[in-house]
Amino acid sequence: MSPTFNELTAGQNIGSRTIEVTRTDLVKYAGASGDFNPIHWNEAFATGVGLPGVIAHGMFTMGAAVQLVSDWAGDPAAVVDCQTRFTKPVPVTDTTGSPEPGATIEVSGAIGKLDADAGTARIDLTVVSAGQKVLMKAQAVVRVS
Amino acid sequence: MTINPDLQGRSYPAAEVYDVGREKIREFARAVKATHPAHFDVEAAKALGHRDLVAPPTFAIIIAQRADAQLIEDPEAGIDFSRVVHADQRFIHHRPIIAGDRLVAELHVDGVRAMGGGAMITTRAEIFAVSDGSSEGREPVTTTTSSILVRGEGQ
Repeated sequence: MSPTFNELTAGQNIGSRTIEVTRTDLVKYAGASGDFNPIHWNEAFATGVGLPGVIAHGMFTMGAAVQLVSDWAGDPAAVVDCQTRFTKPVPVTDTTGSPEPGATIEVSGAIGKLDADAGTARIDLTVVSAGQKVLMKAQAVVRVS
Repeated sequence: MTINPDLQGRSYPAAEVYDVGREKIREFARAVKATHPAHFDVEAAKALGHRDLVAPPTFAIIIAQRADAQLIEDPEAGIDFSRVVHADQRFIHHRPIIAGDRLVAELHVDGVRAMGGGAMITTRAEIFAVSDGSSEGREPVTTTTSSILVRGEGQ
């Protein structure tokens, strides 16, 4: 079900998804990635350095957002390049013990550019939380056959 | 504390080998809420032509941040970790990272730019696969670039 280059056009949407984030997710990401910066799990530390509260790891947001591209490509190994700028933090409210998420991230993607010589498609991702774009220039290049 | 401007152009040689395990790929994939079967099911990965489980596209951050730690923890660098903000990140995959890979990272400081009382530092980690832990016959796997903003006092 992988996309075929000839069927793609610039501007075409590749889909969207909603990512719900809890404090537990941030602890899991800290453990999985080895990034134990306390701004991602300790409220007092985060506010002490001037943040609105505990914030998601930028790399959590990027890593979760790029899954839209892996799934669209049909093979995560087809994602040959991905990049982003981190523009706004994603504060995650402590909802421990409740079924509510502490933040919601909306991801959508569209084909930004096709390169016939390289056989690649550049996907431009729009990543929004609480009404603000949290990633800028979030792009992934996918090898398409 | 001020950032040492002489950092630019500095490099840190490959340190210890990182062994990419199947359970680490699965753990990282779950942590970024990835569901693609190639991260979890060896047969699914093989059906796509891979030797073993495929790491998610941002998995290399584990190895890149270990390499970055050499710089951040270098007392000569003058970086206060509690004032570091991640500004941008890129991964260029020369080939996918696959379970069973043995990886090393060489860190290069490509840029140091004063910003207010702080600095923007751009680093590049060249990640290679090695067969026996030596640097003989190493194969390029991923190039990561990252900018960190070290906030000055009052920023």
